[in-house]
Amino acid sequence: MAEISVELVAVERRLWSGKATMVIAQTIEGELGVLPGHEPLLGQLVEGGVVKIRTVDGDTVIAAVQGGFLSVTGDGVSILAENAELADEIDIDQARAEVAAAQDADERARAEARVRAAGQTV
Amino acid sequence: MAAQLRELRQRIRSTQGLAKIFKAQEVIATTRISRAQARVEASRPYATEITNVLSALAGAASNLDHPLLTERENPKRAGVLIVTSDRGLCGGYNANVLRAAEELVSLLRSEGKQPVLYLIGRKAVSFYTFRNRDFVESWTGFSETPRYENAQTAGDLLVKAFMSGADDEGDNPGADGVLGVDELHIVYTEFRSMLSQVPTVKRIAPMEVEYSEETPDTIPPSYEFEPGADQLLSALLPKYINTRIFSALLDSAASESAARRTAMKSATDNANDLVLTLSREANQARQAQITQEISEIVGGANALAAAAGSDD
Repeated sequence: MAEISVELVAVERRLWSGKATMVIAQTIEGELGVLPGHEPLLGQLVEGGVVKIRTVDGDTVIAAVQGGFLSVTGDGVSILAENAELADEIDIDQARAEVAAAQDADERARAEARVRAAGQTV
Repeated sequence: MAAQLRELRQRIRSTQGLAKIFKAQEVIATTRISRAQARVEASRPYATEITNVLSALAGAASNLDHPLLTERENPKRAGVLIVTSDRGLCGGYNANVLRAAEELVSLLRSEGKQPVLYLIGRKAVSFYTFRNRDFVESWTGFSETPRYENAQTAGDLLVKAFMSGADDEGDNPGADGVLGVDELHIVYTEFRSMLSQVPTVKRIAPMEVEYSEETPDTIPPSYEFEPGADQLLSALLPKYINTRIFSALLDSAASESAARRTAMKSATDNANDLVLTLSREANQARQAQITQEISEIVGGANALAAAAGSDD
């Protein structure tokens, strides 16, 4: 099966890197899935987006991504984020509390992304 | 005599106590260096990727006349971000950064630009407050473990000041009513090695666009952009500046710990030397005291003997 190498990097650390069969992300123009052999693409991700990476083992890596960019080249996909968290690192109770306490739309979107990334509905 | 000996012993005890504290500080700083270096390392993938993305974007964008990339014709005010530490006990670390900053400030003045200061770290704040010199904004409390949010807060403010400086006419704030800046500089300490940290001055805006002369071997991929290339560029450039500030903060944090380690190591050595000298002096004083006591006893005995003899 065809595969692409994916890098998910936040400013302070590299969250995940490896081989995947598909990457799903939301750019500000809409949701998009990247399969192997996708044409080169640069996209700005929505504030409070959720990125899904389907790995070659069949697992799915989910991350909440803030202030991110997606870059697809012939070599692979890189997702750059100012701040990102993997689903299993997210403290769901805290995220919910943040949704409730959010002051403005951006803050709410970010907190909601964390709840969604953790696999729960808002 | 006895008083001098007691005094010396007291000084030895207190110096030994100080040496212990210095040693502890040194050990703490040593562990902090490796942690800071690991953070510098961890932030590298993002920096590399964003540079790649920007170069790809710059190649594809229709025009590169984004304000952050264009030199202003008549720069009047220059923003200077100075990165120092919150705590002292780190040798010449802060003095070096502040000296480099002062040199930059006078250079800017000689070029006819008015420097506008932004400070990071308590040491810079107290330096400028003590001298009664104005600064626009200061951030403190994170010099040893900077987070990206810290760089973001500073970066966003700096970029805003830079953008609003575009329409300034001399001291007239222009249409937006905000007196901005026309250039942005950062003064921080570059971490070269455990033993050498160099204060560095860099201009972060406007950025210099490098045109590479060599033609690439492969045809550069023709990217599809979501949204358009120009819009992406204006979204990415401020983030790139934040990344630059963040890496300067991380470098400064590593330098601070390294400088502190060196300072604390020489302080420990000095304290141990002092203990040695003082013990020698104390021993001498003790010897002198004993000698004196013996000669007093002998003198006394002789005097008694002489007195007894004269009685005969």
